[in-house]
Amino acid sequence: MREPSPRDLSRRKLITTGIAATAGVSALGVAARIAQRYGLVPPDHGGIFGLGETLTYASQRLLTTHSLAREFPRGQISKPPFANEMPPLNEAFKRLQAGGFADWRLSVSGLVARPASFSLAQLKSYPSHSQITMLQCEEGWSYIAEWNGVPLSHVLQVVEVHPQARYVVYFSIDPDWWESIDMADAMHPQTFLAYGMNGDELPVGNGGPLRLRLPRQLGYKSVKFITHLTLTDSLKGFGKGLGSASSDGGYAWYAGI
Amino acid sequence: MGDSACVPSAASAVPTTTVTSRHPALVRATHWITTLCFFALLVSGVEIVISHPRFYWGETGNDLTPPLFKLPIPASRALVPTGYGYVLRDQNGWSRYLHFQAAWVVVLTGLLYTIFGLFTGHLRKNLLPGETDLSWRAFSTAIASHLRFERPSEAEAWSYNVLQRLTYLFVIFVLFPLVIWTGLAMSPAFVSAVPAAVTVLGGQQSARTIHFFVSLSLLLFLLVHGVMVWLAGFRSRMRAMITGRAGTHRERT
Repeated sequence: MREPSPRDLSRRKLITTGIAATAGVSALGVAARIAQRYGLVPPDHGGIFGLGETLTYASQRLLTTHSLAREFPRGQISKPPFANEMPPLNEAFKRLQAGGFADWRLSVSGLVARPASFSLAQLKSYPSHSQITMLQCEEGWSYIAEWNGVPLSHVLQVVEVHPQARYVVYFSIDPDWWESIDMADAMHPQTFLAYGMNGDELPVGNGGPLRLRLPRQLGYKSVKFITHLTLTDSLKGFGKGLGSASSDGGYAWYAGI
Repeated sequence: MGDSACVPSAASAVPTTTVTSRHPALVRATHWITTLCFFALLVSGVEIVISHPRFYWGETGNDLTPPLFKLPIPASRALVPTGYGYVLRDQNGWSRYLHFQAAWVVVLTGLLYTIFGLFTGHLRKNLLPGETDLSWRAFSTAIASHLRFERPSEAEAWSYNVLQRLTYLFVIFVLFPLVIWTGLAMSPAFVSAVPAAVTVLGGQQSARTIHFFVSLSLLLFLLVHGVMVWLAGFRSRMRAMITGRAGTHRERT
């Protein structure tokens, strides 16, 4: 028997390192596959910030899927209500506004048994719910208001969503503003199609006549002036495939942080 | 001045060779990963603040409510009343992505460091002050020598003095946990599951304000830390934290 030469040692080391590296990469691959299967990977998982986004979204989905956003006593409602700056509203909006929003429609399409188009009156005929929750902007400011509306889950039951639907994509009348959420957020009891605020009609400045309210995510997910939503199993066909106009513009898709 | 006489000579404690590592490899690696993350968090944090350089106390705050204080800087949003006639570019997209990515890396790195520190005795041996260190006499000696900007003794190339130990412990076990907690307290999804995380702080805007001040404290630490490293001998201290080799007396000449 001869003594192991330094060359043998380095070869052994090389083989061990090789096996360890292969195991590590395969483990990561398996983890990614499992995460994908259980809906833990956000649509903007690519690129240099994909790791952080995936960790955030996966943790939130594992730990907080069913938790409820904080609700506040009536006395904590912000007075006066705050309305953020907005781009000028387009002609289509102004025409509907001139008619008192009587012709405002919310159309629902995609992976549903019964595609439909709802008027505001129809939406208001469903059981009305209210929540006193905080709207938090990614910039840092916030306010508390009472929101009245119909839970999105109610409308989704009416149109009978197919089981393979994974996301709801929703569109503002402003063509540059659209977002999407997963089914966990879509079916969450505090996700509203809101048409009222502080006991009154929802003011235009705050997204009236119809806005999505998603109190567990930052304000930019609560799209104003909603006219259309569609159910889909993939976000690839929308914009750059990152899930929202904000992600196309460099902002995170999941804004629950 | 005969100041050097005040500092006990510890030449016998200094190894004559540089075989032993001053800092374990894991401490060095986590130190530099944390440094990198800190700069990422600082730059992105500044960008995020610029979009609304006003601070409040309580649950809510916006342009219509009186601020606790505001920073005298322009903003990257037109609606904020800053008094400046111009609006900066919006940098929040990449800033927020970077902020949370760096936060994940620094939290996981911190966990690794803490587990390592507990199991190897690094925290107990190198950071927890010894019994003799905690006397008033030892304290005043250490403070006095700092105030005189004395060069540290040879022994301090191998072991932290009491002020260093207490400062590092405070940064690692008070400031870092506090900045992580106040950060999480601003997350609407996180506080939906753990509402107490924000209510005990007095509200979401209070959490944001505390987050700002803790970040300032960390920045202050970084600046003082940098100056101390410079005074103690930039090259030898940097080499110790990069390669693990501490400087010996030979290097001084």
